Amino acid sequence: MSVKPKSLWQKMWEPKDLQSMAPATKVLSYSILLFWTFIVLFPLYWLFVTSFKLPIQVSDGPYYIPFIDFEPSLHAWEYIFIDLGRDTLRPYMNSIIIASSSTVLAVFIGSMAAYALTRIEYKPKVGSIVGFIVILGLVVYLTVVVKMQWQLTLSIGFALFVSFVFAFSRYFKRSLGNNDILFWIISQRIMPPVVSVLPIYIMFQQLGLLDTHFALIVTYMAVNLPIAVWLMRDFFARIPVELEESAMLDGASRMRVFLTIYMPLAKPGLAATTMLILILSWNEYLLALFLSTADAQTMPLMVAAQNATRGPQWWYMSVLIVVMIVPVLIAAGFIGKMISKGQLSGAVKG
Amino acid sequence: MQTHKMNVKRKRSFGEMLDQASPKLLILPTVLIILFLAIYPLLLSAYLALSRFKLVRGGFELKFVGFRNFKKLLFGSQEYHFLGTVGEILLWEWLLIVIVIAALCRWMFRYLRSAKVTVVGTLGRSVTLVVFSALTVLAFAVLNGTGYPGSLMITLFYVFAGVSIQFVIALGLALLCAQNIRGKNFFRMVFFIPIMVTPVGIAYAFRMLMDMSQGPFSPLWTLFGLGEFSWAADASMARWVVLIGDSWQWIPFLFMVLFAAIESQSKDQVEAAQLDGAGAWRIFKDITFPAIAPVAATAVLIRLIEAFKIIDLPNILTNGGPGIATESMTLHSFIAWRTQDLGGSAAVGYSLLFIAVVVCVSFFNFIGQKTQPKGA
Repeated sequence: MSVKPKSLWQKMWEPKDLQSMAPATKVLSYSILLFWTFIVLFPLYWLFVTSFKLPIQVSDGPYYIPFIDFEPSLHAWEYIFIDLGRDTLRPYMNSIIIASSSTVLAVFIGSMAAYALTRIEYKPKVGSIVGFIVILGLVVYLTVVVKMQWQLTLSIGFALFVSFVFAFSRYFKRSLGNNDILFWIISQRIMPPVVSVLPIYIMFQQLGLLDTHFALIVTYMAVNLPIAVWLMRDFFARIPVELEESAMLDGASRMRVFLTIYMPLAKPGLAATTMLILILSWNEYLLALFLSTADAQTMPLMVAAQNATRGPQWWYMSVLIVVMIVPVLIAAGFIGKMISKGQLSGAVKG
Repeated sequence: MQTHKMNVKRKRSFGEMLDQASPKLLILPTVLIILFLAIYPLLLSAYLALSRFKLVRGGFELKFVGFRNFKKLLFGSQEYHFLGTVGEILLWEWLLIVIVIAALCRWMFRYLRSAKVTVVGTLGRSVTLVVFSALTVLAFAVLNGTGYPGSLMITLFYVFAGVSIQFVIALGLALLCAQNIRGKNFFRMVFFIPIMVTPVGIAYAFRMLMDMSQGPFSPLWTLFGLGEFSWAADASMARWVVLIGDSWQWIPFLFMVLFAAIESQSKDQVEAAQLDGAGAWRIFKDITFPAIAPVAATAVLIRLIEAFKIIDLPNILTNGGPGIATESMTLHSFIAWRTQDLGGSAAVGYSLLFIAVVVCVSFFNFIGQKTQPKGA
C-alpha cells in the first residue's frame, strides 16, 4: 500500500516536528500578533502625530504622516513647555512626588503586613472588633450629629476602646485567623473610591490639609495598600521557613529577618508590585479631582483641564498624554529588569 | 485585641522589648491606615446616605431622613436613572428567567443537602441567590429593547461583558505569544503599554480615533456609507465604544498575568500529550487551562473589582450620554455630588458597594475556590 501524497492544504496545517509550527499556523499566529501590535500602537501613534498638528490640521481632518500629509509644527509643545512653563512643571513634579512616595510607602508597609500575615499567627477577638466598630460609630455620630469637636470625640473613643479591651478581652472566646484579616484587607479594595472620597475630603478639610501633597500621598497609599499586601504575601509564602528559623536561632530579631532576608529574596515580587501600584497612582483621577485644586494638582487633572470652553484642545492634550507616558516607560524599563521570567504568575496566585 | 501579659520577669533592654512587640508593630500600620481611610469613610458615608445635605449660611446641614435616599433610587424619582425604565417581558424571556432562577435554586438546594452546611455559608448563598435572581429579571426588563437601562445595568454590562471579552482576548494573545515564536519579548513589551496610559488620556485618544468625520478611520466609514452616522447618539453603540476603550486599557493586565502563568507551567505534560497525538484544543482544555486556572481566577477577580469603578471613560468619551445610556454607577454618584445631592450620591455609592461585594465575594467563594488545586 503506497502512502497517499498529501495535498497542499494538509501540508500547510501539519507541523514538521513537535518543536515547530505548521506553516499556516505560523502565518496565522504572526498576523494576529502583528494585528494586535497595530491596535496597541496606533492610538499612541495618533496621539503623537496630533501633538505636532495645527488646530486647522486637526479639524480639516484626517492627516496621517508628518512631512508627507502635513507640515508638523511645534506650536503645542512650545505652548505647554514655554508659555505655560511652570504651570506644566508643577503638576508634573506633583505627580512624580505623589506617585513615587505613595508607592514606596504602600509597598513597604504592605510588605510588613504581608510578611507578618504569612509567618505570625494572629487571633483578633470577635468581641473586641465588635466593640471597636460600635465605639467608632459612636465617635462619628458625636462628631457629625451632636457636632462635638473631633479632637475630643476621638480621644474619648480611644480611651473607651482601650479600657474596653483591658476590661473584657479575656471573656471573649471566639477569634478570627490570618485569612480573615487578609480578606478584610483585600475587601477594602472593593470599596469604590466614590464612597470613601467624601468623608476623606471632609477629614482633610478639618485638618486643613486639602490640596497638599500629604493628603494625596496618604490617600493613594491607603487605597493601594490592599494590593501590596495581597501580592506580597504570596511571594513571602514561597520563601522557605527554614531560612527564618535558622536566622532566629542565631539571634536575629523579626525586623532584621524581614529586612535582611525576606525583602531581598522577594525582589522580583517587590518589583512587580511596585510597578502595578506606581501605574495605578500615577494615573489616578477621581481622588485627585476631589482632594487637589491648584497647588497639588496632578497630571491627569491637567490633561482633563485641556477640555476648555473652546472645546477640547486636542494638540495640547496629546502633548501632555505623550509626556505622561515617558516616566512610566522609564520606570518600567528599570523595574522590568528585576522581574525575571515567570515571577509574576506567582504574584497573583490566590 | 490581644491578651496583655504584664508579668515582666527581668529587666529588658529597649531592643528586646521592640522585638517582643514586633508581631504587633509589623501589622499595626496597615490596620491603622485602613481603619482611618477605609472604615471611618465607610461609616461616615453610611450616615450621609441616610441623610439629606443642605448648604446653609456658613456651612452645611445634615438632616437624617432614614432610607429615603434609597427609596428614591429604587421606587422614586431616580428610579429611571438607577434601575432603568422597565419594558415588557415576553413569554419566552420569562421562560429564560425561570430557567436561570431554577438553576440558582438547584445550586442552593444541593448545598443545603451537602454535609458542610454552615450558618454563614447558607446566609451568603441566600444573598447571592436573591441578588442574582433580581438582577436577572431586571436585565431582561430593561435590556430587551422595550425598556431603557439605568446606571445599575449599564455598570453590570461594563463589568460582565467587559471582563469576559477582555479575558478571552487576553488568553488568546497569551497562548499565541507562549508558542515557539520569534520576538516574544517584543510582543510582550508592546502589549503591556496601554495599561501605562492614563485613563483620562485613553478616553480623549478614543474620542479622536472614533471621530467619524475627522478621525483616522473616517475614509473607511465613508466607504461603508457611515460617514453621517454618529455613534455618540446611539445608546448601544456608545456603550460599545466605551467598552472598547476600557478593553484596550485592561487587556494588557490580564495578558501579562496569563502569559506569565502559561510560561511558568511545566512543559513535560504538554510534550507527552503531543507525542500521544492530542490536538491543540485537547491540550489546552485538559492540561494548560487547569494549570493556569488559579492564577486566572485571581486575575479575573482583581479585574472585576476594578471594573466596577469605571468612571473616566464614560465621563469623557460620552459624558454619560446619549441621555444616561453610558452612565456607570460611579459617574451617577459623581453627577449627584456635583449637583450637591450628597445623600443621593452616597446612596448610589453604597448600592455600588453592595453589588460589587456580592458579585466579587460570590466569585471568590464559588468560582475562585474551585480552581484551587487542593480543593476546598
